[in-house]
Amino acid sequence: MADHTLDAKGLNCPLPILKARKALREVPAGGTLEILATDPGAVADFEAFCRQTGNELVEHSLDDKIYRFLIKHTAS
Amino acid sequence: MSSEQKSMSIIVTKGSLDWAYPPFILATTAAAMGLPVTMFFTFYGLPLLFKKLDLQVTAAGNTAMKMPMMGMHMALPNLMTAIPGVDAACSVMMKNLIKKKGVASIEDLREMAVEAEVRMIACQMTLDLFEYSKDDMIDGIEIGGAATYIECATQADINLFI
Repeated sequence: MADHTLDAKGLNCPLPILKARKALREVPAGGTLEILATDPGAVADFEAFCRQTGNELVEHSLDDKIYRFLIKHTAS
Repeated sequence: MSSEQKSMSIIVTKGSLDWAYPPFILATTAAAMGLPVTMFFTFYGLPLLFKKLDLQVTAAGNTAMKMPMMGMHMALPNLMTAIPGVDAACSVMMKNLIKKKGVASIEDLREMAVEAEVRMIACQMTLDLFEYSKDDMIDGIEIGGAATYIECATQADINLFI
């Protein structure tokens, strides 16, 4: 179970990333943020976001057109 | 995070609804990824700093523009773009698409850029040239000129002209 969940369904680039950035601030270090999205571009974008910011993309999956990302807040 | 802090600057020169997107999308995303960002607003990009935005698509400026319509993509014959009301109609269509597809409004993106402490510089020369006043613009912006931008650009890893 993630510490926080962000519903970014229906939002287009770059909103899922921008809202995830904001939501991560509420997640304590070591905690996790779950993001639900429908933007297919979000997969590559969350991978890049995590590489760049040093947060860990623990997993991502696709179920019934809904992408689910789990990010561990490992960066400052 | 990568070992050295990267940063980005963008020169914003266009003020139509469609062309306002690339600079604000890239600025907010770069800021979200931890990069300090500077936006330099000059010429037709400067009105993007006005408190009240009323952005329009300029069909004549985008000769290859096509809009999705009834399952197809409709191009507008370039001659028609000069007819009064065509820009307004295209702008309404574009704004409807933006809403329908979950794309942020420019007002929202700009607010997020301000929140993310993106540095915004208004070009002094453009203010003088087009007789604009800083009072008409959002709070927190700076006024500067070419040298201000160049100094910033020498420090930045990514410098874009849009």
